Amino acid sequence: MSDLRTHAEEIAEQFSDHLDVDADDVEDRLQNLVDEYRVPVDEARRSVVNSYLDEAGLERDELGRGGNDEVHLADIDQDEQWVDVTVKVVELWEPRSESVSQVGLVGDESGRMKFIAFTTSELPELEEGKVYRLGNVVTDEYQGNFSVKLNRTTSIEELDEDIEVGDDSTSVEGALVDIQSGSGLIKRCPEEGCTRVLQNGRCNEHGNVDGEFDLRIKGVLDDGDAVHEVIFGREMTEELTGISLEEAQEMAMDALDTTVVVDEMRTDLVGTYYRVSGPELGRYVLADDTERLTEPADPEAVLIKARSI
Amino acid sequence: MSSQEVPTREVARRVFAEEFNDASYTFKESDDERAPVYLLLPSGEKANRIFFVGTLTEKEDVGEDNEYWRGRIVDPTGTFFVYAGQYQPEAASTLRDLEAPAYVSVVGKPRTYETDDGSVNVSVRPESISVVDAATRDRWVVETAQRTVERLERFDDEGNEYARMAREEYDLPTDRYKSMAVSALESLDESGGDELGGDDADTASPEPST
Repeated sequence: MSDLRTHAEEIAEQFSDHLDVDADDVEDRLQNLVDEYRVPVDEARRSVVNSYLDEAGLERDELGRGGNDEVHLADIDQDEQWVDVTVKVVELWEPRSESVSQVGLVGDESGRMKFIAFTTSELPELEEGKVYRLGNVVTDEYQGNFSVKLNRTTSIEELDEDIEVGDDSTSVEGALVDIQSGSGLIKRCPEEGCTRVLQNGRCNEHGNVDGEFDLRIKGVLDDGDAVHEVIFGREMTEELTGISLEEAQEMAMDALDTTVVVDEMRTDLVGTYYRVSGPELGRYVLADDTERLTEPADPEAVLIKARSI
Repeated sequence: MSSQEVPTREVARRVFAEEFNDASYTFKESDDERAPVYLLLPSGEKANRIFFVGTLTEKEDVGEDNEYWRGRIVDPTGTFFVYAGQYQPEAASTLRDLEAPAYVSVVGKPRTYETDDGSVNVSVRPESISVVDAATRDRWVVETAQRTVERLERFDDEGNEYARMAREEYDLPTDRYKSMAVSALESLDESGGDELGGDDADTASPEPST
């Protein structure tokens, strides 16, 4: 019978967040099915779990495995895992869809990760800068990037502590071999929280709008082995090129053409070596820090290697 | 996972002029008309794009009706030929405006053409040409030596299909590319021995007058 007891305790634990379930009751139910009705244990367990799910109004996949592992964000490397995390809300973004109640970036000592909460889960709102213990979140993967999804069963506990959010920025280096379209002097959609880059004066979402000028560079760093796409925001672009937003606007005004700005930047930047570090966002590295590699490279190490083959 | 993957950008290989000019065999990896064309490097790698830095020593408009600029760009091992015409307007205008000698970096695509005597010549169709400094040029030499050595190290690896192709298509001894890399690196040590004839071992860039 101790076998049934174990099952009973596991089930009670699984539902502990949602129902007032007593392991003895669970054991009784299991026992009834197994002993009286000759139901195999697995099937009995399934049936009992289902009846509790009904009672709690939950879907099976919303149910935690009971006793999740508390993990660090950097250790998340699998899709669809149920985990507990203790994180600080680093940044809240504007949800792009009504079905999303909150989206943003959370972080712990090990790194940062996107999180998303859905309207249907009816969760309390997280606040930027606060630390929470999030129980029962699900991991998700998109093109090799992981995120965590909050769901109806997620427990949110605000903690009175601070977390030093880990720096998971990467560093890439190589020759800047291209500056892509959409660089230089651009216009962004002025709609609240939109900031999309306009194409011919049109925003994908809001149609024809009066854009706001901005500067950025989408560049390609290539080290001969791999390419890395890099985005330089306005500040970094101004620092790299020495062209301020105002100057760029003047240049464009004089030429009656905004492309003169990116042409000038191309002349300045393409063909030289840079080291760029910053967080990765999708396929881009967002440049927080850029260093032009001007120190003479050391041939010794390569020379030794070359002679050794 | 998706079959609709965005075509990835081709890496710009690092290759010295000597090895580049030894290459002649090109191939595609799919029947698609727009599939990238690769030049097979003798050290066993495919190159759809290259990046190099050298000294522009001569430039000439060799076009008849339209401007068609040819540039000779020299690295420690040999000469790259670049051709830029009306379809490479930016590179063409850079070449037009440049005053040789000057350190330049080039991103471009390998092009091959058969000469009248049946041999194959290889040149570069530039995507961009930029004026750079001596430090950038030295960095490129070291980097290119490193990438070359790495290719040579992999040359005998089982399953290195481009090495296998290189053996079949070229049958060149790879030793020469090793000594090429070594002497390119050694040339950096010879202080002041840069192609611009500067009498100063300083790494300061010779400012090209544009």
